Amino acid sequence: MRILVPVKRVVDYNVNVRVKADGSGVELTNVKMSMNPFDEVSVEAALRLKEAGKASEIVVVSIGPAKAEDTLRTALAMGADRAILVETDDTIEPLAVAKILKSVAEAEKPDLVLTGKQAIDDDSNQTGQMLSALLGWPQGTFASDIEIADGSAVVVREVDGGSRTIRIALPAVVTTDLRLNEPRYPSLPNIMKAKKKPLERRTPGDFGVTTEPRLIVMKTEEPSGRKAGVIVASAQELVQRLSAETGTI
Amino acid sequence: MAILLVVDHDNTSLSEQTAKALTAASLIGDEAGTEIHLLVAGEGVTAIAERAARLAGASKVLVADDPRYTDGLAEPLAALVVSLADGYDTIVAAATSSGKDVMPRVAALLDVSQISEITEVLDRVTFKRPVYAGNAVQTVRSTDAKRAITVRTSAFAVASEGPQVPIVPATTGQHQYPASSLVSEQLAKSERPDLTSAKVVVAGGRALGSAEKFNATIIPLADRLGAAVGASRAAVDAGYAPNDWQVGQTGKIVAPDLYIACGISGAIQHLAGMKDSKVIVAINQDSEAPIFQVADYGLVGDLFELLPELETALASRSATKS
Ligand SMILES: Cc1cc2nc3c(=O)[nH]c(=O)nc-3n(C[C@H](O)[C@H](O)[C@H](O)COP(=O)(O)OP(=O)(O)OC[C@H]3O[C@@H](n4cnc5c(N)ncnc54)[C@H](O)[C@@H]3O)c2cc1C
Ligand SMILES: Nc1ncnc2c1ncn2[C@@H]1O[C@H](COP(=O)(O)O)[C@@H](O)[C@H]1O
Repeated sequence: MRILVPVKRVVDYNVNVRVKADGSGVELTNVKMSMNPFDEVSVEAALRLKEAGKASEIVVVSIGPAKAEDTLRTALAMGADRAILVETDDTIEPLAVAKILKSVAEAEKPDLVLTGKQAIDDDSNQTGQMLSALLGWPQGTFASDIEIADGSAVVVREVDGGSRTIRIALPAVVTTDLRLNEPRYPSLPNIMKAKKKPLERRTPGDFGVTTEPRLIVMKTEEPSGRKAGVIVASAQELVQRLSAETGTI
Repeated sequence: MAILLVVDHDNTSLSEQTAKALTAASLIGDEAGTEIHLLVAGEGVTAIAERAARLAGASKVLVADDPRYTDGLAEPLAALVVSLADGYDTIVAAATSSGKDVMPRVAALLDVSQISEITEVLDRVTFKRPVYAGNAVQTVRSTDAKRAITVRTSAFAVASEGPQVPIVPATTGQHQYPASSLVSEQLAKSERPDLTSAKVVVAGGRALGSAEKFNATIIPLADRLGAAVGASRAAVDAGYAPNDWQVGQTGKIVAPDLYIACGISGAIQHLAGMKDSKVIVAINQDSEAPIFQVADYGLVGDLFELLPELETALASRSATKS
């Protein structure tokens, strides 16, 4: 079984993102970039399936700038077998990403595609579902557990009221939630080895996909802020003030 | 052209989130004559359709009563919505776990971008939406022929009651979709108010230390206040609270009148889910904890002492009140 894992290069989750003064976007110069945390979880899930003898090859793919090679190398250092970089400096929306991934999937013929549930920059939560729709494959979104057996996947999904377990036939797209696993750190020897693992370079044009945005970002602004309030001395004072000043209790 | 709102329900009752998404839909259709149709898909959903038909703003309720939709699986539901899409230029759903599952499929099959989790409607094609865990807010304009939208319901009020509108069967033909099946469901049944619609939320973090202490400390306070219970991701990951209680960037987004964060540091990913609450109270032993930067009222100290004191103060207050 082959597993395809799309990984996105995003602003590191620890960075305090700042909006540019002119409203044109967020400050991205000299900001630490990392693999989207959900995609680390996907890579880890794929590695565990391989270690359990359920998968034979893990291919990672990223669509983004030349620097996204770093993200792919991290995935290779974690243990993925080879990488595909679809290079573009444009901002690409989930729909265009899904179209590129569809072409990659048609060429690579994976049995399972593991995307993250959401990218922590655009917070879209779309790409996996879109890919699944475009391929005509079933989807298992927001997975906190995946079992593979007899040509199907049993996926535990985190939903609003608790969880739901579904069975989907392979090939399928599964989107991963953070509770699926705890991703490993690549070891130094594996980081060295990853430098020699195969990385294929493509462009969106190779797949006949135009990346022109459908959504025009008119403006980016700071959220309406909150100010720190008062520190109260006791639980009793808190109750008095909440009652007198806010009427919420 | 008309707007289609996909109703979220659990085969028993209509989700209040749909009533909030309807408010957003009404703002999008704020032009004389724009109809809003509510689609109820499921099996034995008459009561839900009747409930939907009494929401102010709805023009008509379409019912797809069919076993294909019983289990709320994304594939048949998306296929149904796409088969109805010709009559609509905007398709809306609340950004619930179901809306997020289904709507991107609909968007892809219609070859349009999805506009995720809108928090403001500027005009029919222009919306605000938070990105980067709410650290920035984008204004986006759609250039697509149709729009597929999910609504962040914490940003919109519940649609009021209105006159009963017609309920008609939806045309449900043969659709092509990949088959999948529901194996089981583990849904929490609780007498407690729902996290996303509660007026008061009491939330606990890693500081609670165990499920037992979480239950012994957070729950009595929540009960006293008639509150829903929330948790940080750290508390959920450690097994102190179930996953559907998680508040934050990757959990639920809430905006109650009162949010009481107990032993939660206030990581940006947690703030993303609660910083639009009207009043925020933080209880934390570390006076430098970032949660205090967004809290209206802070109480610095050990929550295992402060929460019982708070409960006592609330109890004596209700005793004097009655
Ligand atoms: C991609 C991504 C998504 C995430 N999504 C979410 C999300 O949706 N929701 C979420 O919550 N987190 C999310 N996180 C995790 C987030 O970054 C934090 O790790 C998490 O919120 C921390 O939880 P906490 O505040 O309970 O724990 P901690 O940060 O460990 O804070 C515990 C706090 O308790 C205080 N404390 C300890 N003992 C006591 C005591 N006896 N009395 C009073 N105070 C005490 C401490 O001073 C401290 O401030 C996400 C992270 C990533 C990377
Ligand atoms: N540019 C990209 N390159 C590779 N994978 C991506 C890219 N954008 C999105 N994805 C995948 O889709 C998931 C969800 O992203 P999104 O729909 O943007 O929230 C991510 O976790 C990735 O697995």
